[in-house]
Amino acid sequence: MRIKWVECAALSVMAALSVMTGGGSWFLALALGVTLLKCLLIPTYHSTDFEVHRNWLAITHSLPISQWYYEATSEWTLDYPPFFAWFEYALSHVAKYFDQEMLNVHNLNYSSSRTLLFQRFSVIFTDALFVYAVHECCKCVDGKKACKELTEKPKFILSVLLLWNFGLLIVDHIHFQYNGFLFGLMLLSIARLFQKRHMEGAFLFAVLLHFKHIYLYVAPAYGIYLLRSYCFTANKPDGSIRWNSFSFVRLISLGLTVFLVSALSLGPFLALNQLPQVFSRLFPFKRGLCHAYWAPNFWAVYNALDKVLSVIGLNDKWFGSAVPTHSPSLGDSLGHPHLHPDCHIGPRGFLRCLILCALSSFMFGWHVHEKAILLAILPMSLLSVGKAGDASIFLILSTTGHYSLFPLLFTAPELPIKILLMLLFTIYSISSLKTLFRKEKPLFNWMETFYLLGLGPLEVFCEFVFPFTSWKLKYPFIPLLLTSVYCAVGITYAWFKLYVSVFTDPPVGKTKKQ
Amino acid sequence: MEKWYLMTAVVLLGLTVRWTVSLNSYSGAGKPPMFGDYEAQRHWQEITFNLPIKQWYFNSSDNNLQYWGLDYPPLTAYHSLLCAYVAQFINPDWIALHSSRGYESQAHKLFMRATVLIADLLIYIPAVVLHCCCLKEISTKKKIANALCILLYPGLILIDYGHFQIMYNSVSLGLALWGVLGVSCDWDLLGSLAFCLAVNYKQMELYHSLPFFCFLLGKCFKKGLKGKGFVLFVKLAGTVVASFTLCWLPFFTERAQALQVLRRLFPVDRGLFEDKVANIWCSVSVFLKIKDILPHHVQIIVSFCLTLLSLLPACVKLTLQPSPKGFRFTLVSCALSFFLFSFQVHEKSILLVSLPVCLVLSEIPFMSTWFLLVSTFSMLPLLLKDDLLMPSVVTTMAFFIACATSFSIFEKTSEEELRLKSFSVSVRKHLPRFTFLPRIIQHLFIISVITMVLLTLMTVTLDPPQKLPDLFSVLPSP
Repeated sequence: MRIKWVECAALSVMAALSVMTGGGSWFLALALGVTLLKCLLIPTYHSTDFEVHRNWLAITHSLPISQWYYEATSEWTLDYPPFFAWFEYALSHVAKYFDQEMLNVHNLNYSSSRTLLFQRFSVIFTDALFVYAVHECCKCVDGKKACKELTEKPKFILSVLLLWNFGLLIVDHIHFQYNGFLFGLMLLSIARLFQKRHMEGAFLFAVLLHFKHIYLYVAPAYGIYLLRSYCFTANKPDGSIRWNSFSFVRLISLGLTVFLVSALSLGPFLALNQLPQVFSRLFPFKRGLCHAYWAPNFWAVYNALDKVLSVIGLNDKWFGSAVPTHSPSLGDSLGHPHLHPDCHIGPRGFLRCLILCALSSFMFGWHVHEKAILLAILPMSLLSVGKAGDASIFLILSTTGHYSLFPLLFTAPELPIKILLMLLFTIYSISSLKTLFRKEKPLFNWMETFYLLGLGPLEVFCEFVFPFTSWKLKYPFIPLLLTSVYCAVGITYAWFKLYVSVFTDPPVGKTKKQ
Repeated sequence: MEKWYLMTAVVLLGLTVRWTVSLNSYSGAGKPPMFGDYEAQRHWQEITFNLPIKQWYFNSSDNNLQYWGLDYPPLTAYHSLLCAYVAQFINPDWIALHSSRGYESQAHKLFMRATVLIADLLIYIPAVVLHCCCLKEISTKKKIANALCILLYPGLILIDYGHFQIMYNSVSLGLALWGVLGVSCDWDLLGSLAFCLAVNYKQMELYHSLPFFCFLLGKCFKKGLKGKGFVLFVKLAGTVVASFTLCWLPFFTERAQALQVLRRLFPVDRGLFEDKVANIWCSVSVFLKIKDILPHHVQIIVSFCLTLLSLLPACVKLTLQPSPKGFRFTLVSCALSFFLFSFQVHEKSILLVSLPVCLVLSEIPFMSTWFLLVSTFSMLPLLLKDDLLMPSVVTTMAFFIACATSFSIFEKTSEEELRLKSFSVSVRKHLPRFTFLPRIIQHLFIISVITMVLLTLMTVTLDPPQKLPDLFSVLPSP
């Protein structure tokens, strides 16, 4: 009975909000609409990540802090920073009203209907932070293009692109993860930087890092931008740095913020002398260059070529599993080649560099998961409603990035959902951005159009034709390989175009004072 | 049309909502020996595939009519046959004679759900899109919003995809909608053909037949009884006869065949009502047990008379002044009269009223939305039986939000908007202070919404008191 009360309470809140939308607030309608869609996705397939989070609920609830990073009853050990552990701890106190059994560490793979309901609702509920962040981001979008038509306003398009993002829906609400509120934190910190509230932005990002360390990929962008725009308080008339306007006070305050946040997070573990253990859990370098399914990055292409050559017989053995050990540093060095000072003028330049960081790390990073493409796609949405060139890059990136997530959902009942939602997002994003920039040159040239259209036949082949051919038994990895390589081409192309745009576009607002 | 991409997005969203609702359970899942509507549908595929046509409607050792016998017109049977051919191709076990009774598997469920989705996509959804595109005097944005609201109507989604109603309501309603479209756009022959197909798919479409007849008759009168009007009349009659003959051809060989089919379609021995239905008879029987008071044949006559009386005014007006708008409103009133007063009405028949109401959504948004919400709520007991609380609440809220933002319904409650101007003017002649009709209606709406929410909560959380076990099933009805 308790379950039904909670369901009813949650739904009554939404009902009340929906009555308010009778007043005509389109943003609230969009947010509520997508929330209702998320509720409908509750009974869909969920991956092992579901068990991962249940296990973490159990660990943080039942065991003392000293055991959190040592506990290994289940194979899904705690490998996120301490703030996320505290988050799970807080959730577990609500969880016990749903089903006490899920908090038992030994109940491996426990997934009663109440557990499912609780977990799904927790993701939906924490997405509220993401909705707020999107609201703040919309404020930062240039509303100069005078459009009376609601559906053609950049704010409206951005809200749809972010709130109804296909990747986030699929990964968070079907596959099961908590990316919503994390991306909310990131988007909020970006919005704060746009609004010149630098300290808040820095604080939010520091907090984010201690929730999920994958965001380290974009930390250099933050570091350099804050240094350049916040610590140097003034510019010369032509826009370059005025070296003597350096403010030590600001630098110290930034450093103090980051330090305090880290102390709050890692402090207890430092006191328990567990820092090495925590770090070994957070950065497991023994895992290998590629994840179980190859993220569509440079290494995937490398592996694919290698595999093809080995199958043909030109290689003696497949090097894919024996990549030289210096590759972590190779990944990192290739990932952060943007210390060009000009590209940090203004928050827009910062955003561009952040995306470039994220993409480069995706392209060349160590043990990259395909979901990491969202790290580049979501911030890119902010840029896409600003300029036609950015819109074009965004569309290629998001379409191929989203398509590369398809293998995450391999069950039959979810097939129509992923195809329908993908079509929905892709058709909407391409058409709305084309309409927004219809007065400028077309967004795609014939090559790009051809490439994007090729995704259709690829999907038909991988999902509908291949399973019925004789190759399925002999080479079962072919659909994955094809998807990975095809998407890698698109993502590399987008990365390249973005790189070029950073260096060739004129710097913004040379005469503006910071 | 411009902004075609928004219309496409709306259609895709409608399809997504339908499929996600279908991931839930269906009626009679895992409940032998009779299972539910889902099993009925599978059984009909088995019967039509394995037995010759002459045996479809007859009781025999191979075809036990007590176990989900066919009781819909021939077009349904042909549709089942088509699905059976596909099923045979994928997995013959699904429709093997006798041995496939109660067959339940994940793959089979996907197959059945897919057949509903495809039928919807081919028939109902294009009709809705075309209807919205053909609406006159409203902006493109409003047309798309209209389509969104109609496609999100919870009643149809929940019955077809959640409860898995036997007969693919979207097919019969879609065909009827094509009929309405054809007739409204002056393609009378095609429209009447589509409607005849709808009637041959599901006999309950007869609820809509009178308005069609009156509208087309009115058109003939307008064109002049001698000359074009008469020609049109003959052509229409010919179309109707031809389509009926085509569908019933295999059953015309013997008189017994046709009669048996009719007997299966119209089971007059069943009684005035069954289960809990939101119509007059059920509500009255709470206080006055009509079923016991009146003998059987009197019940039939009483319901027939009342139905006819309530229909007559609207139909007469339509015949004298045929117009597409009048046609749509007449559809609403006729379907509602049939629902309220007719014999052996099932709860799902409210869908037959909801479709015309969806068509007038753009003209009186407030009342239509209110009615559609209440109609969904009236089916709540049926849906709760199938564990569909979450999808029903979610789809209802989505529908409400869609209507609220698209039509700004709370602002459109002036007398003119509600089309009650003449009513309130005449009342004001007697009661000069009767100016607050809009406010009354707004308050009534809010009260009714709160009542619905409370009743839902109570049904779900509390157990009914001993004396009135059906309390929560009956309360939604009035």
